[in-house]
Amino acid sequence: MNIVVCVKQVIDPEAPPASFKIDATSNKVVPPAGVPPIIDPYAEYAIEAALRIKDALGGKITAISLGINQLRDVIKKPLSMGTDELVLLEDEAFAEGDSWSTAYALAMAIKKIGDYDLILCGREASDWNAGQVGSGIAEILGLPSVTLAQKIDITDGKARVERVTADGYEVVEILLPALITVSNELGEPRYPTIKGIMAAKKKEPIIWKPADIGVDPAQVGAAGRRTKTLKLYQPVHEGEVEVIEGETAEEAAANLALKLREAKIL
Amino acid sequence: MAESKGVMACIEVSEGKLAAIATEILGCGRKLADDLGQELSAVLVGSGISNLVQEAIAFGADKVYVVDDPLLQDYQTDSYVSVMEKVVKQAMPQILILGQTTTGRDLAPKLAFRLETAVSLDCLELAIDPDSKRLLQTKPVYGGNAYAISTTECNPQIVTVRVKAMTPLELDASRQGEVITIDAGLDPSVIRTKVLEKVKEEIEGVKLEDATVIVSGGRGIGSADGFKQLEELAKILKGAVGASRPPCDNDWVATGLQVGLTGKIVTPDLYIAVALSGSSQHMSGCSGSKTIVAINKDPEANIVKRARFAVVGDWRKVIPSFTSKVKELLAG
Repeated sequence: MNIVVCVKQVIDPEAPPASFKIDATSNKVVPPAGVPPIIDPYAEYAIEAALRIKDALGGKITAISLGINQLRDVIKKPLSMGTDELVLLEDEAFAEGDSWSTAYALAMAIKKIGDYDLILCGREASDWNAGQVGSGIAEILGLPSVTLAQKIDITDGKARVERVTADGYEVVEILLPALITVSNELGEPRYPTIKGIMAAKKKEPIIWKPADIGVDPAQVGAAGRRTKTLKLYQPVHEGEVEVIEGETAEEAAANLALKLREAKIL
Repeated sequence: MAESKGVMACIEVSEGKLAAIATEILGCGRKLADDLGQELSAVLVGSGISNLVQEAIAFGADKVYVVDDPLLQDYQTDSYVSVMEKVVKQAMPQILILGQTTTGRDLAPKLAFRLETAVSLDCLELAIDPDSKRLLQTKPVYGGNAYAISTTECNPQIVTVRVKAMTPLELDASRQGEVITIDAGLDPSVIRTKVLEKVKEEIEGVKLEDATVIVSGGRGIGSADGFKQLEELAKILKGAVGASRPPCDNDWVATGLQVGLTGKIVTPDLYIAVALSGSSQHMSGCSGSKTIVAINKDPEANIVKRARFAVVGDWRKVIPSFTSKVKELLAG
């Protein structure tokens, strides 16, 4: 089994909410000071899914990530968790893309990797929450796809996928090669082992530029966008809260119940 | 090529009726269509669903496209994308709205890439730009820490909208509309997946995603025993219990109760957050709640800032008193 896993470096979603700031002129999030970026938590589930398949069947896992300013210690985490290779699409031309240009670049890179049976992605990334790059890669490569997997079993050139639904899950059989997006119901991703961390230290990522994957820089990154972000802003929450008072905590609690009743919420 | 025109709502069926989200997207689609001075169409895709045409019209559609075929019994990406591609190419809408459901979030992106257009998932607000007449698509990003408004030059402009974010119209049985039947014309060989089984997970009490009231606890609850008090309150409110990540990591409650970025996304009418700080990762799961109530001893906690009402105090004192008052009010 040859598996490709798409990962991404993101601002830590566990960073203190007060540290979240937007630069209004560029419509971009200012990385919080002192909080290092991490591998997107959803992508970690995809890595874990790949590792479980490899544990069962053997094979090779290639992690791939698109972005600039990717910190080596951060972006090497898939290697320290147990993936075999790491490919980075690292070039200014790839930057500032939207889901379309990102999916296109990743699809072309995966085509170059070739010889894959399965492509895994997180169900979305925790920064832009777009939730469409996986499906996009599948469509560009002409592959079948299943989204929101909580379990993947491989037998005889097919995957049996438990796909999370509103009231449980459905079992979907899909022909390989295929693309599957993985949801958090899969279960906790493993921690890197010391051995894994040491191995990752020695391993250098493979860096590809647009020319390496045969794409015109005008089709990727900012130039390849199909959408435009007009505004990025923080919803205003301050000042809306009404703190319910009371002589004691018990009294405040009773007043809260009365208040909710009055507001017809209870 | 003909000009793209009109708003189309791709509506889902649930247990033989229009799903709630279907009426919601018809409601928002109607408004957008009126703002553009264009028509609202609905698409019904499935097996044995033709009887729902009138209902779609009664909830606001001027025209209903029906694709009724036994092969469309189960949602499968390949068959639905192929059918929707056919419908869109025939109807040429400039806006296509779907629900942010297990179906919509799978179908919308794949269809958008097939049609070489763009899509925004999980929108909370949709509006027509008065100058460009393009669709302004507002969606939460960074787990709800920020909202992004985006637009595209491509047609159709495809979006999914979050459940309960839009308001349906009142059902008007006197509304008239046109029905257009489209042959699915599916070649079974294009369907590269097979649904083997559908498993409904039995959950005791009310499911988090369906609950109108959720009582959620955080690290401050301190133990599995502490959650029993939250369960009691939830039961009285006919609601469900949720949790932030630490109680799940510590096995005080089942992992399935986690609300947040890596847990469930919930949209109850009332979300009572007890002894939890309101990390971004948690807020992304509950920020769609209609009313958030915070019970926290720290007045500076993020959850207090994000709440509509708050009580600052130790939950061990607040919850018993609140529970008994609620009980009294509901009984009276």
